[in-house]
Amino acid sequence: MAIIRSNEFISPGICKMTVAFTGAVLPGQFFMLRAWDKDPLLSRPISVHDYEAGKLTFLYQVVGKGTEILSCLKAQSEVILQGPLGNGFPQIVGDLCVVGGGIGIAPLYYFVKDYKKKNPQGNCRVYLGFRDSSYCVESFNAIADEVNLNIGGMITDQLKVASNEVVVTCGPEVMMKSVAKATPAENLVYVSMEARMACGIGACLGCTCATKYGNKKVCKDGPVFLSDEVFYV
Amino acid sequence: MSKQLETKFNEILFKNPVVPASGTFGFGREYEAYYDLEKLGGLCSKGLTLEPQSGNTGIRLWETPAGLMNSIGLENPGIEAFIENEWPHLKSLDTVTIVNVGGKDEESYLKAIEKLNAIDVKLIELNISCPNVKAGGMAYGMTAETAGDITKKVVDISNHPVMVKLSPNGDSVADIARACEASGAQGISLINTIQGMAIDYKKRAVVFDNLYAGLSGPAVKPIALRMTHQVCQAVNIPVMAMGGISTWEDALEFIMAGATCIQIGTVNFINPLAPIEIIEGLEVYCEKEGLANISEIRGII
Repeated sequence: MAIIRSNEFISPGICKMTVAFTGAVLPGQFFMLRAWDKDPLLSRPISVHDYEAGKLTFLYQVVGKGTEILSCLKAQSEVILQGPLGNGFPQIVGDLCVVGGGIGIAPLYYFVKDYKKKNPQGNCRVYLGFRDSSYCVESFNAIADEVNLNIGGMITDQLKVASNEVVVTCGPEVMMKSVAKATPAENLVYVSMEARMACGIGACLGCTCATKYGNKKVCKDGPVFLSDEVFYV
Repeated sequence: MSKQLETKFNEILFKNPVVPASGTFGFGREYEAYYDLEKLGGLCSKGLTLEPQSGNTGIRLWETPAGLMNSIGLENPGIEAFIENEWPHLKSLDTVTIVNVGGKDEESYLKAIEKLNAIDVKLIELNISCPNVKAGGMAYGMTAETAGDITKKVVDISNHPVMVKLSPNGDSVADIARACEASGAQGISLINTIQGMAIDYKKRAVVFDNLYAGLSGPAVKPIALRMTHQVCQAVNIPVMAMGGISTWEDALEFIMAGATCIQIGTVNFINPLAPIEIIEGLEVYCEKEGLANISEIRGII
């Protein structure tokens, strides 16, 4: 159970919730959230948007009943949290190229912030793509060395990956696939997968994804995978 | 620990009647981060088949009001990998491990059972009721005749007691349960998921690659309770009941309907501590009601 500090729409259909939380949280991990009894039945897997000691932030899109209920919660009310869960992004040494699409930008903010903290000399370029309206661009401007914005188009049209960069992407699967395709084979590409989940801890096998090495669980083995592991066909 | 919840399922002693259900608990490891598995009466393994299976393609989960449809399709590492990688750990636990076994045809059931003869399993749960696999699976559980037939063949070669897990999707469950009892089953568990369907109207398409899927969760509880009652009236072997149990009050209803043990399924996904909370709730209930043992209220309905 966590106390909500704030919970507000920052763009149409996009909500930002900050809750009181202490403990270790890695960039790219997620929490299962719920604030209801049995309908909807399942908790909602929501990735960590930002974290500093005592303060955990989620950025989420309102798409169904669960996120609708979450978006209506007021400051000082309670939300049930289970987590942090999942492997999170790897620690990157060297330069970084980050590509986010739509609500897929959510976990990338904490990741970039953490990267810059650990690699002050490292260069981090960010590409953000949105279907119609953008959000959080200013926050990325404040922490990244370069931010490229694309609204309504294909982010991969402008994407140029330098030879020394590791690519990290999160967004619609079709976008992540084209990012992987547009990246030279020598560069590592990490993708953060999304899946329907029931338990979030590896027990239900509902979020199984086929990989080069057999079935893996998005919740427990992921959500972050190397692109050639999951986009292998 | 108090003895109020101690439960005998035939000769097998359970510390308490609470057992996480197959397919909702993996092989237990995921839940060890939340509590000590030895607090459980028992636990039931993910459904195992002779050969490894990768399960179904496409969407595997779909929510309904207070319910969950799944189409996992018995994804599992196969009996041999289970014996090698999971059994040593499960065996070391002071709780009753039940091994759930599925199959695609008679031969694969029997070979799987033979392999399990090599290890010291306390109880086998024979799965003839999975609605999510094309071959075998539920087919054996649809009529009293087929259920009785496969049960007899399995019981004949198994070194371990066999509990048959029944489907709610076939003929009268009471008839099927009687046939299993007559064929030597030493227990009945029910219900497996109820076969359902989901259509995505926006896509004008069915949701699941396998067309139909299995419904579980609180939504199915009244049906499960009714079937538990019918089966408990019909047979003399013990019954392990499940279907939408999410609280100790739910558990009590099934015990009053005649269940010896109860299995906890879908609620594990939404509250990993649910089995422990149910055990604690039952203990408090016994205390308050002055019951020396939970069996005093078993089958009172």
